[in-house]
Amino acid sequence: MSSPLLTAQQIVKNFGGLTAVANVSVHFDQNELIGLIGPNGAGKTTLFNLLTGVTPVTSGAISLYTDQGVQSLNGKRPAEIAQAGLSRTFQNIRLFKELSVLDNVRIAMTNHYQEGFLASIFRVPKFYRTEADMTLAAQKLLAIFDLTSVADQPAKNLPYGIQRRLEIVRALATKPKLLFLDEPAAGMNPEETADLTRLIRQVQRDFHITIVLIEHDMSLVMNVVERLYVLEHGALLAEGTPNEIQHNPAVIKAYLGDEA
Amino acid sequence: MKANFKYNISWLAVMVIGFVAIDACEFLGIINTFIENMLVTIGINIILATGLNLIIGFSGQFSLGHAGFMAIGAYATGIMTQTIATPLGFYLSMVIGIVIAMIAALIVGIPTLRLRGDYLAIATMGAAEIIRILINNLKITNGAAGLFNIPPLVTWATVYVLMCLTTIVTVNFIHSRNGRAIMSVREDEIAAEAMGINPTRWKLAAFVFGAATAAIGGSLHAAYIQTIAPGDFNIMASIAILIIVVLGGVGSITGTFVAAIVLGALDTILQNFGTLRMIIYSLALILIMIFKPSGLLGNWELSFKHLGIHQRKEQSIHE
Repeated sequence: MSSPLLTAQQIVKNFGGLTAVANVSVHFDQNELIGLIGPNGAGKTTLFNLLTGVTPVTSGAISLYTDQGVQSLNGKRPAEIAQAGLSRTFQNIRLFKELSVLDNVRIAMTNHYQEGFLASIFRVPKFYRTEADMTLAAQKLLAIFDLTSVADQPAKNLPYGIQRRLEIVRALATKPKLLFLDEPAAGMNPEETADLTRLIRQVQRDFHITIVLIEHDMSLVMNVVERLYVLEHGALLAEGTPNEIQHNPAVIKAYLGDEA
Repeated sequence: MKANFKYNISWLAVMVIGFVAIDACEFLGIINTFIENMLVTIGINIILATGLNLIIGFSGQFSLGHAGFMAIGAYATGIMTQTIATPLGFYLSMVIGIVIAMIAALIVGIPTLRLRGDYLAIATMGAAEIIRILINNLKITNGAAGLFNIPPLVTWATVYVLMCLTTIVTVNFIHSRNGRAIMSVREDEIAAEAMGINPTRWKLAAFVFGAATAAIGGSLHAAYIQTIAPGDFNIMASIAILIIVVLGGVGSITGTFVAAIVLGALDTILQNFGTLRMIIYSLALILIMIFKPSGLLGNWELSFKHLGIHQRKEQSIHE
């Protein structure tokens, strides 16, 4: 078994009287591709939001394993968690719409390049060097994902499938250790989904990161993931390989209801 | 590197030509005191509106308190130059004004920048009113009567140079990593946060930066006009700056320049119309908003880079 990257122990989230996530414990290991599935309202996106700090947990512990040891992510702001190496995409695409594709990627690199405030407003040579390095790195990333031709376009002008791809590229530009993809195939046609499947495999192979995927498209999930978590009513229902999950009676019941 | 150098030299040339042109007109007597006064007002308005455009257009935070920070700069200069009536004293007072305005912006910004839209507008308006009322009641600021006989330490040339400097610094700030981070917060705060950008920090950076430029405008105003009173920095003053930003195009520094010049000229021309002046002025605003709601220039920017864009792209690939 490979070493863990992120663990969540018995996390709970209550919204008033409603328990959205109840006592869920998950672990994501280095270089793993994990799926997170469940019926609508099962708490999948809430779990993502808890892990990335968008909403604070009611109780439970979230720990990130780094080279410097174990780091608790409880109570950290989303920006700090992102800087620690957790990146994500959103269920309903959240690009910087009015800005160019290149800028979308460069913004994600903000924390990796520090030219200094004074250097930037007085345009000393160091500013131009840092800016050129950053632009080159962004262009390389765009080239890998076939986005060079649209680099100067505002993000809002891109077709839907390309916007989804750009969101993944932008998330990768933060140099994450762990990437959360929230329904990347939502609204895509079968052809686009097939492209996305290849893309996700490529990302995991070339960037050596852990990917956690929320998805309803079973052709995508069963094709790419190594391990699956199934959520229902905010609780963990099952865990296993795609094959195990497909034959798990509890999962079949949750998705299809009781046998008559 | 060469392309950057050429680009910077082109802008420098534009600024020098502008300076020489005004200087020549002054020398030939085309510009009288009346027109000079108009030009200086335009210059100061550009400084004020550029800073406000950074806050409203680029960081997307609706501030209605710009005159408050302007007042801080104006009173810093008004009070200090009465004891140290030298150019050095003026610049020193300007720096002190900037520092106080930045501190005030931090104090105002930390609690209020959590608010959005209308709520932030009201909060910043309230903050500016607090500054004005403080000035109105302090002894050192001479209360409601204001300050008179401020030494005339500022010429049109000072205003011109400072206008160029603040514009350069603001535009450089916008066209950098900092500016992109600020715009990302405007575009989508949640996404920016997920990219490791701390929204509060960057909104505050834009707000404090804008306050600093407002203080510069205030200092110049005090030293050129030589008389200031708390009433000069009320809500209407904030709105006057806001009008320049909105009219020129929220998010366009070029638009801010155009709007400041158009409104400055319009204001001067309409002086002859007496009471009709405000009606015509308001009517012009309404018409522009109806026919060009995104402002005169939208978010278009004048740039020398459009001309050499292909050449630059090839360059970056060869690197």
